[in-house]
Amino acid sequence: MSRTNGIKIEIQKLTFSYSDSREPVLKNVNLQIHANEITVLFGPGMGGKSTLLRLLNRLSDLVEGNRMEGRILLDGQDIYAPGLDVIELRRRVGMVFAVPIPLPDTVWGNVAYGPKLMGIRKKSQLDEIVEKSLRAAAFWEESEDRLNEPAAALSGGQKQRLCLARTLALKPEVILLDNPTSGLDPLSTAKVEDTLQRMKRDYTIVLVPHSVQQAARAADRAAFLLNGELVEVGSADQIFTRPRNQRTEAYITGRFG
Amino acid sequence: MSEKVAFAVLTLAAISVVVPILLVLGYIVVRGISAISWDFITAMPRSGMREGGVLPAVVGTVVLTFGTAIAALPLGVGAAIYLAEYAPDNWLTRAIRLAIINLAGIPSVVYGLFGLGLFVLAMGMGTSIVAGSLTLGLMTLPIIISTAEEAILSVPQSFRVVSVSLGGTRWQTIRYQVLPQALPGILTGVILGLERAVGETAPILFTVAAFYLPRLPTSIFDQTMALPYHLYVISTQVPGMPVNVQFGTALVLLALVLSMNIVATVVRSRFRRRRQW
Repeated sequence: MSRTNGIKIEIQKLTFSYSDSREPVLKNVNLQIHANEITVLFGPGMGGKSTLLRLLNRLSDLVEGNRMEGRILLDGQDIYAPGLDVIELRRRVGMVFAVPIPLPDTVWGNVAYGPKLMGIRKKSQLDEIVEKSLRAAAFWEESEDRLNEPAAALSGGQKQRLCLARTLALKPEVILLDNPTSGLDPLSTAKVEDTLQRMKRDYTIVLVPHSVQQAARAADRAAFLLNGELVEVGSADQIFTRPRNQRTEAYITGRFG
Repeated sequence: MSEKVAFAVLTLAAISVVVPILLVLGYIVVRGISAISWDFITAMPRSGMREGGVLPAVVGTVVLTFGTAIAALPLGVGAAIYLAEYAPDNWLTRAIRLAIINLAGIPSVVYGLFGLGLFVLAMGMGTSIVAGSLTLGLMTLPIIISTAEEAILSVPQSFRVVSVSLGGTRWQTIRYQVLPQALPGILTGVILGLERAVGETAPILFTVAAFYLPRLPTSIFDQTMALPYHLYVISTQVPGMPVNVQFGTALVLLALVLSMNIVATVVRSRFRRRRQW
């Protein structure tokens, strides 16, 4: 299922604003996201990272009146082409949010929600998907005996891994993570980061990190976004040790941001 | 000091809301309780309503309540879903909202005349339970729509985003996330609307209510007696009516409305406990 060294997502000349009158949030962004890697989008707040993430599975459609130029290709196919199946796209490109929001249901119900919407009805099949997804999110051992408890009763770190499992249950190809460790303690953060490293064998991962440190720890490839502009992109090794752009260097070394 | 004054004034205001309700309730109970008996609720009226019970009126009112719910619920909740989840901001939506606000402001007697004109005469339903239910339903619509829309809008947007991000269509998101969470609020609105319908006299006056019909309705095209109209009749139209029967009838009507209120409260708290996040 993995295409080694292939380009999974290609962003071409992307300019985006939330309404006609407002300043664009993203300005002429060009970026290639490689399969089976963790691509990190980092930079100071309001730089357009989350917006870019939401454009990749068209969650941005939920906000009306926005304006977009340029193209986003998934496996070479324009995801904004007319007639494209948006629901199918969102199953292929899953999303994990900054604040884990479990649906008001049990642990089991949360993970099974997506597959159920796809039309899977058989309990045994759903059970299997739930277990597999929870295992992949490194949450099975902790949740095995609590599948029928309300998801709201979990701790913050557990909720976040539940939300990850919920996304994995859709069997996506790409996983978008918008600051998934924002509310977590260091131990839970480490668990999530470990999980991501193991997951990249099977998935393409795009991560908006919590900090520069996390960006450096997690990334295979890193893109520095500043005020909607893609300043620099390269291998993590190069970006975090030998940045070419002064602004990248200034941000990494903590001179602003 | 001013803190204390404000506290006293506000407490007084709050208490003074309760006083009239207790007075009205107490007065009706004291004057009417002597008329209440098992026979009063389960027997047909006799000798020009001066004796016997109010059974047909109770049954009529209950039937009309269900009829109203059947008429208004799908339309009202459907309209609320459309307005809250689908409606674009354009002149049509604004016109719909304006219509709903105006619908709420129309006096109930006008609904009665409208029902007479449209359902009873033009559509040929005659004075019947259908015509009455539709008229009451129409009157209840604005309450149901606005409370249901409010309940739907109060479901946090984040659940919609999560559901959509998990591959849910718009309708699936509404069906599996929004509606279950909005249900307690919607039910409250529906029951509030029905409560108003139960107590109305004017809309049923020309569309369904029978002056004196000591038998139970057998089809939805029958006329029926109904409590509010019956109360009006025995209070003003029947000479020599025992006063305790009048108040007893009022008490039965009140009990019906209050029990609906209790059902609403129970339903709401049940759902609250079940759905937590």
